[in-house]
Amino acid sequence: MKVFVPGDSAAISVGANDVAAAITTIDPSIEIIRNGSRGALWLETLVEVETPSGRIAYGPVSAHDVSSLFEADFLHGGSHALYLGKTDEIAWLANQDRVTFARVGIIDPISLADYRAQGGLIGLQRALNLSPDEVIQTVTESGLRGRGGAGFPAGIKWKTVAQTVSEQKYICCNADEGDSGTFADRMLIEGDPFTLIEGMVIAAIAVGATKGFVYIRSEYPQAISTFQKAIDVARNNQVLGDGVLGSAHAFDIQIRVGAGSYVCGEETAMLESIEGKRGVVRAKPPLPAIEGLFGKPTVINNVLTLSTVPMILADGADAYKARGVGRSLGTQVFQLAGNIARGGIVETAFGITLNELVNTYGGGTLTGRPLRAVQIGGPLGAYFSTAQFETSMDYESLIAAGGMLGHGGVVVFDDSVDLAVQAKFAMEFCAIESCGKCTPCRIGSTRGAETIDLIIQGVRVDENKKLLLDLCEVMTDGSLCAMGGLTPLPVKSAMINFPSDFTGVRT
Amino acid sequence: MKYVPWSQDAARILLATLRDEEGPVLMALQLMQSEFGYVDKAAVELIANFFNKSRADVHGVLTFYHDLRTTPPTEHVIALCVAEACQAVGSRDLEQVVKEKFGDEVQNAYCFGNCALGPAVMVDGKLIGRANLKKISAARL
Repeated sequence: MKVFVPGDSAAISVGANDVAAAITTIDPSIEIIRNGSRGALWLETLVEVETPSGRIAYGPVSAHDVSSLFEADFLHGGSHALYLGKTDEIAWLANQDRVTFARVGIIDPISLADYRAQGGLIGLQRALNLSPDEVIQTVTESGLRGRGGAGFPAGIKWKTVAQTVSEQKYICCNADEGDSGTFADRMLIEGDPFTLIEGMVIAAIAVGATKGFVYIRSEYPQAISTFQKAIDVARNNQVLGDGVLGSAHAFDIQIRVGAGSYVCGEETAMLESIEGKRGVVRAKPPLPAIEGLFGKPTVINNVLTLSTVPMILADGADAYKARGVGRSLGTQVFQLAGNIARGGIVETAFGITLNELVNTYGGGTLTGRPLRAVQIGGPLGAYFSTAQFETSMDYESLIAAGGMLGHGGVVVFDDSVDLAVQAKFAMEFCAIESCGKCTPCRIGSTRGAETIDLIIQGVRVDENKKLLLDLCEVMTDGSLCAMGGLTPLPVKSAMINFPSDFTGVRT
Repeated sequence: MKYVPWSQDAARILLATLRDEEGPVLMALQLMQSEFGYVDKAAVELIANFFNKSRADVHGVLTFYHDLRTTPPTEHVIALCVAEACQAVGSRDLEQVVKEKFGDEVQNAYCFGNCALGPAVMVDGKLIGRANLKKISAARL
């Protein structure tokens, strides 16, 4: 008898380990699989039972519900107050288009047999039968763009690395998911780590790299331990090592752990950190694709970018680019967070509206109060008002609306939010996390927080608003990287979309 | 959290495990902290000599990263997320009451990737979702 109790750290944070222990106490013969989370985080702990007609879900389950689940014969799909029916038929999940997250929550994360049974390693096998050029061509044709936030075409980046001659090349995966409101990288690594490994191996074969690093933040201890287990399994099964799947390609992966620095999510600061140095941003050029880690040509991609590659190789570029809108092709893994009734992972084709995401999927606010603001794309992303809810969620439309997609995080606030306070926080956060290399970011952030404070206190409001906008312009145009360059985005969008919070009169 | 008392000899044995690593300085500092709970002043010179770096290089890395500390930690450590998604569900109010009750044990953190189930708090390395004073106090035992 198989029962699934997620081992995802979000599920554990609301008691999944206690639920698993309670089940074992009542019936030690039950085999408990610690799968990843299905992504419907408001239903955690989501317990699933394998039955002849499919997996049946119960949730949200706490440890004290377990004895009543046994009384209701949940092992055979019995009826109970927490009964949700077949997991695959829960509308919130069934309406999504899971590509990158296809296996997350379904398989045992560190079972290579499960991974293969659900289509794993087909992409890598195909890649081994193609020339490196053909692999890059496939990724380019798919339209896959960097999911870390910058949205740069992955295939073009790979091509630059492939064409640069060097004895040593690297694949670096950016798993420094520091944006508040984002957790897709963590959930993918905890729920389906082999997909990331497979994507990195394909990238390595395409560009001629032999070593890979995955930079995971220290705030993700569970992801680090799951990924290390997956690396060990991959090494023991020739997915990593001297002869990848019996081929002549050699590739290995090492984890490097971050140390609590947000700016190390910026790609060149990440390289410095992997090299063991202060996480200070590098000036570009040279591009990391030409002079990257330890001065060698380096592919740097986000977790979701690399984890989408196996599917593209397995199903073909056309299958991927058939999804999406305009130049935003494929699917985006949106993350619904903050003050939201039904938060979690929503993977769907680009082009869904903000309203559909936040209201249809998200169900509005958790508190039940009116929804007032949504921040899209992390601490460097814009604050949107409900007047902008018909915005299409894709790279270009969000830029046109004065924001950016970033890593796809959507943070919801109810009407108790004060956008001037949020704007001040954006500046304060920049001051805390600035690497200090360039002046607009290092000094501007502190001056910005001070100026917003004056506006909040009602001191020379019009004059200080003008000064703040001027400062924002300097930071946008004069900063070395996105840390200082995009901090003005939440500040200015808050001023434009919520002017009543910047009058100096507190209500 | 239980740590080993700082000793040069124990530190040397640990550093030897990093001999073949590329760019080992940050890893070395993290290893010191995970073993001893903090990075002792004497470790800076030890790491510098061991990996043929200047003390300034090692000091620079040590002082850049928020995670690294140069004094022993409190017996319990409560890391409370105060980033936007947790602010949206009241982490600033929670911060006040938790700091009032647990004082020096509390430090601010920016995101544990538990943004749909906030406020998120990590108590002695254990992540808590939908955190409140009661849950934090229970996890601290």
